[in-house]
Amino acid sequence: MTRVSIIVGLAVMLCACTESPQTATARRADDKPWDNASTAYMASGYKAADKAAWEQQMKNRNQGQNEYARAAAK
Amino acid sequence: MARMKFICDAERCIECNGCVTACKAEHDVPWGVNRRRVVTLNDGVPGERSVSVACMHCSDAPCMAVCPVDCFYRTEEGVVLHDKDVCIGCGYCSYACPFGAPQFPSSGTFGLRGKMDKCTFCAGGPEANGSQSEFEKYGRNRLSEGKLPACAEMCATKALLGGDGDIVADIFRNRVLIRGKGSEVWGWGTAYGKPAQGGASPQPKQESKKS
Repeated sequence: MTRVSIIVGLAVMLCACTESPQTATARRADDKPWDNASTAYMASGYKAADKAAWEQQMKNRNQGQNEYARAAAK
Repeated sequence: MARMKFICDAERCIECNGCVTACKAEHDVPWGVNRRRVVTLNDGVPGERSVSVACMHCSDAPCMAVCPVDCFYRTEEGVVLHDKDVCIGCGYCSYACPFGAPQFPSSGTFGLRGKMDKCTFCAGGPEANGSQSEFEKYGRNRLSEGKLPACAEMCATKALLGGDGDIVADIFRNRVLIRGKGSEVWGWGTAYGKPAQGGASPQPKQESKKS
């Protein structure tokens, strides 16, 4: 009984050892959305690391949600 | 520069939860955390309305105002993001947010409330764009891939619009002008009958009497 109590006690005390360390940091600055290396997930026709291309891509994607414009284009 | 916003068209939302599923799958969101959810009013009553709700990326965000560790920031595109390395999981933002956007996963050995998680407008966080650490903390960064949020792009009825606030507002305005209102709205007359022909009109839910 004593042995079981010791094992359980040790398990409870040691389980906190799996906590990942937390250190206080200051908030970091974020990259611009077009600051990106080209990956396999890039939207087709979009060239990475180009602000103008990103803005054009966003305009196209925005208008892609407008079914009235899409229907008229056909 | 664009100001990124969401608009949900309650006349079109069919409560399919496709947006919720798209968000969950795109970002590997854990159990118990719902960055986006669909709220339905007058469920089951003719004229019920559903609306998809997530972080609205407020221009004057109350979560930013109340955060004691200043972990929130707004990008030039108007997306409200936060740094999980700074967040202490206090929950003040949850009380301040009128949309219930901040979510708190269980984390750590004792299942304590973890660091806040919310919709990022698919824009990730302060980690390098498209990096593995960014994905693990915030999910995919679709904006940096030249894409709009998965929820909006996946929406089958295009009820949920996401993108440049001026453009999505124009799309919505144009839609409202074309479809009219009441029984003129697409599908209303087909589903419920026109009021002139004895069709149903929205009724408030009858509350059952408590004994």
